[in-house]
Amino acid sequence: MPGFASLIDLNSPAHYVHWHFFQMSVANILVIALMILVFIAAILLPFPGRGRES
Amino acid sequence: MSTEQASRSWTGWIRQRAVRALPPEKLLPDRQPAYVASWIYVFGVATIAALIVIVASGVILGLKGPAWWHVSSVGRFFNSVHLWAVEVFFFVMVVHLWGKFFMGAWRGGRSRTWVTGAVIFLVAIGTAFTGYLSQQNFDSQWIASEGKDGLNAVGVGAYFNVADFGQMYTFHIFLLPAVVVALVVWHVLLVRRHGVVPPYPARRREAAPATDQGARSK
Repeated sequence: MPGFASLIDLNSPAHYVHWHFFQMSVANILVIALMILVFIAAILLPFPGRGRES
Repeated sequence: MSTEQASRSWTGWIRQRAVRALPPEKLLPDRQPAYVASWIYVFGVATIAALIVIVASGVILGLKGPAWWHVSSVGRFFNSVHLWAVEVFFFVMVVHLWGKFFMGAWRGGRSRTWVTGAVIFLVAIGTAFTGYLSQQNFDSQWIASEGKDGLNAVGVGAYFNVADFGQMYTFHIFLLPAVVVALVVWHVLLVRRHGVVPPYPARRREAAPATDQGARSK
């Protein structure tokens, strides 16, 4: 998929965030951020059918 | 055969203990408590669903071999399915872990459920590591060259040689998956036996009207 390949270049070295002792690839930071978002959404979003319980 | 006779044979003794520990209505329940109707309770079964895809795609990869998964387009597809199922597996397992941690899932005699889950997480990391080593490409060589120093430093390099494809492949496709699957079965049986952990009780407000309390407890 050329469009997707140009969006995320998987053939070049990964980008890193480096701040004092902290060093992590941008890809890993994004995955962790996404996990946190999904975790928060799982707590806040209503579950289908919950209102129908007696 | 009477109950007394059954208890004398080892099969009868195991059956009686198994049924006592996990009666059929607990093993295969048709109802769950109301608090389970929340998205945060979905991630355990999502992890098992990802594990099924991992095992199924892994069996196909194992039967066809490295030449197939590197060269043919169908092989590369199944290789990708296997990889991305692992990514999903760890993603949902970590969310499951966070959910269970923050609701104190070891409460109410559920410590073994918590511990088996934690051990599954650790064994799964080892399984993924040996999977990266089994890719048969430059990536696996790089990971092996990086990993061997760490393993030698902790003194297990003689028994766990990351540069030995055959050894890593056996760990990856047989030994560690068998441990993961066995622990997952045990984990699920423990969940069935002790039930899904309830959320922490809501903090009681002083001088709240009784009708309000009733509404909150639903």
